[in-house]
Amino acid sequence: MEMTSLSSQLNKSVKRQFMSLPQGDRCQVTYVWVDGTGEGLRSKTRTLHKEPMTIQDIPEWNFDGSSTYQAEGSNSDMYLIPVAMFRDPFTLDPNKLVLCEVLKYNRLPAETNHRARCRKIMEQVKGEAIWFGMEQEYTLCGTDGHPFGWPKNGYPKPQGPYYCGVGADCAYGRDIVECHYKACLYAGVSIYGTNAEVMPSQWEFQIGPCEGLDMGDHLWMARFLLHRVSEEFGVVSTFDPKPMKGNWNGAGCHTNVSTLSMRREGGLKFIEEAIEKLAKRHDKHIALYDPNGGQDNQRRLTGQHETSSISDFSTGVANRAASIRIPRHVGQEKMGYFEDRRPAANCDPYSVTMILAETMLIDPEEQDKEYDFEKEYM
Amino acid sequence: MATSLSSKLNKAVKQQYMDLPQGEKVQAMYIWIDGSGEGLRCKTKTLDSEPKTIEDLPEWNFDGSSTYQSEGSNSDMYLIPAAMFRDPFRKDPNKLVLCEVLKYNRKPAETNLRHMCKKIMSMVDTQHPWFGMEQEYTLLGVDGHPFGWPSNGFPGPQGPYYCGVGADKAYGRDVVEAHYRACLYAGVQICGTNAEVMPAQWEFQVGPCEGINMGDHLWIARFILHRVCEDFGVVASFDPKPITGNWNGAGCHTNFSTKEMREDGGLKIIEDSIERLSRRHMYHIRAYDPKGGLDNARRLTGHHETSNIDEFSAGVANRGASIRIPRAVGQDKKGYFEDRRPSANCDPYIVTEALVRTCLLLEEGEEPTEHK
Repeated sequence: MEMTSLSSQLNKSVKRQFMSLPQGDRCQVTYVWVDGTGEGLRSKTRTLHKEPMTIQDIPEWNFDGSSTYQAEGSNSDMYLIPVAMFRDPFTLDPNKLVLCEVLKYNRLPAETNHRARCRKIMEQVKGEAIWFGMEQEYTLCGTDGHPFGWPKNGYPKPQGPYYCGVGADCAYGRDIVECHYKACLYAGVSIYGTNAEVMPSQWEFQIGPCEGLDMGDHLWMARFLLHRVSEEFGVVSTFDPKPMKGNWNGAGCHTNVSTLSMRREGGLKFIEEAIEKLAKRHDKHIALYDPNGGQDNQRRLTGQHETSSISDFSTGVANRAASIRIPRHVGQEKMGYFEDRRPAANCDPYSVTMILAETMLIDPEEQDKEYDFEKEYM
Repeated sequence: MATSLSSKLNKAVKQQYMDLPQGEKVQAMYIWIDGSGEGLRCKTKTLDSEPKTIEDLPEWNFDGSSTYQSEGSNSDMYLIPAAMFRDPFRKDPNKLVLCEVLKYNRKPAETNLRHMCKKIMSMVDTQHPWFGMEQEYTLLGVDGHPFGWPSNGFPGPQGPYYCGVGADKAYGRDVVEAHYRACLYAGVQICGTNAEVMPAQWEFQVGPCEGINMGDHLWIARFILHRVCEDFGVVASFDPKPITGNWNGAGCHTNFSTKEMREDGGLKIIEDSIERLSRRHMYHIRAYDPKGGLDNARRLTGHHETSNIDEFSAGVANRGASIRIPRAVGQDKKGYFEDRRPSANCDPYIVTEALVRTCLLLEEGEEPTEHK
């Protein structure tokens, strides 16, 4: 099959023979980090002499940042600081996957390490118990770059039957979705659900509810798992926000938010106040809702295909063409959460959750502060 | 290429992930009927523990503007769990959950025919109405041509295929076998299968089911069929006349009885019911496919073991009639009868409801009665 990779056609029973070898008390720990593009993920593995029980048991490491768009060759070492540990669904217990923050040679956060500032903000608003749920859309492609299952030199029938669809004429690549779901459950990632999306070969999974900093950790790890599962099948997952031009949906990362006060009786008032604050900082949010300052979202937020227009801020109950949608049942129960539909599929969840928390919960005079990380990672 | 690209993905790789333990978490796949009245949709959510009964399953919602069910400006629709089954794809403790759809104002969606069916069935539960539905369907490749048929042509004429065996007679039996086993695992009341008259056409029967269960079990059986076909990379079609010409159509013959009909002397009740049905033919025809009779117009021609759509007829062992009384029932003078009019893509909720309205609630006239 020319659209799946050569790797995926290697003999899996040969692989199984080796993967089932016992490993004594040695433990393989795979360090995962975000590279210089702010979208790409990298990983490498090391052996530990026994199973780490908590994140504190995992040592710092380093890597060659000049090979990941993150540093010059002359001064290329960068630090990996373990921050979140998960079970490894590929090599299984006791092995681990460890999400890391990246520090430059001077121990300050790397340019694309947005977790650092996110952590500062979340610490300040801890009392509000801010919860997030993010709906990650993505498109499956063959190694030729064309959406997986689409006719080679053409297009499938127009959108309509694919959303939540079933059947070989509607659902392309469900195996990847099923395996990714199981991998997340095993790893301990808070996967909430999955569904087929409006464009054929497009799918969605939801991560949450997660409090504060956990949202970014779980979503980045879920993305890593998706890339690895897709790699095993020989296909590619892309988070490009508008993979196909024309009458085809784009891919977003709708972000659901609530605070303790919004979740209580009468919470709708706090939701409406929050939305007013968001309305005043639309441009600031758009700049952080994709890794290219809003340029990626230009291709996606057109006002059509269930998106709002990038230049206007709007809200509505059950309205999928608005920037912010208040779910119908929240409108009825007068408490709950709201959905920000602006983030692109390739957004950095640390940036998205950080700016939402900052705009909603931090005084305007204290916003956009520069934080000093000098002593942070000593 | 007849089978989909998806179906060629490496299944050994898939098995490796499907074997992963999932702790206490349970995957519940919510299933509903979309705005076409024929299409099925599904999405999954994680639950923190295994639901024991339908009451343990929370309500959910979805984007109705993407399923031909609402406008984008007011798109949220509700999913209300109605019937729970074991999941034969993800296996225990995971579940398949058939749902009713409500609009934003919590009234039943246009194609939520279960709502009214349930009301009607509750009015006659002491009569114990039983149903058995014979679901015919055609297997197609992803190119839309019947599976196994020559690429630019036709197989030999009908004759050897019905209940046939052999690679020259039975096309796609793997799907049938897998579907049967999946239904048994799930808890669907599947009572049999056979190859049909047209090559690549098959039938399974679901029943006997009482009341609302008939619709629930048949819709889940259809979902399971679509998912099994998806895994094999082929498509199941419920189109009532997939190929024009001298090829059979696909129906959903519905067998029906009440406690009285099943008891001694029941034949009299059967004959009375048939008499009532004969006076309400067009009302039933409108209920027997999702387009008010337009789909069946292509199928009920009077040929290929169908009755003519314009005329009502009944007869013992007669497959050219609207209603057939099985030979054994004619002899025992009790049992059930078969309504051969419903098309393969009918909604079983409204089919079973119509039979109950006419035969048990003794309704007359072209429109269903509004009951308080």
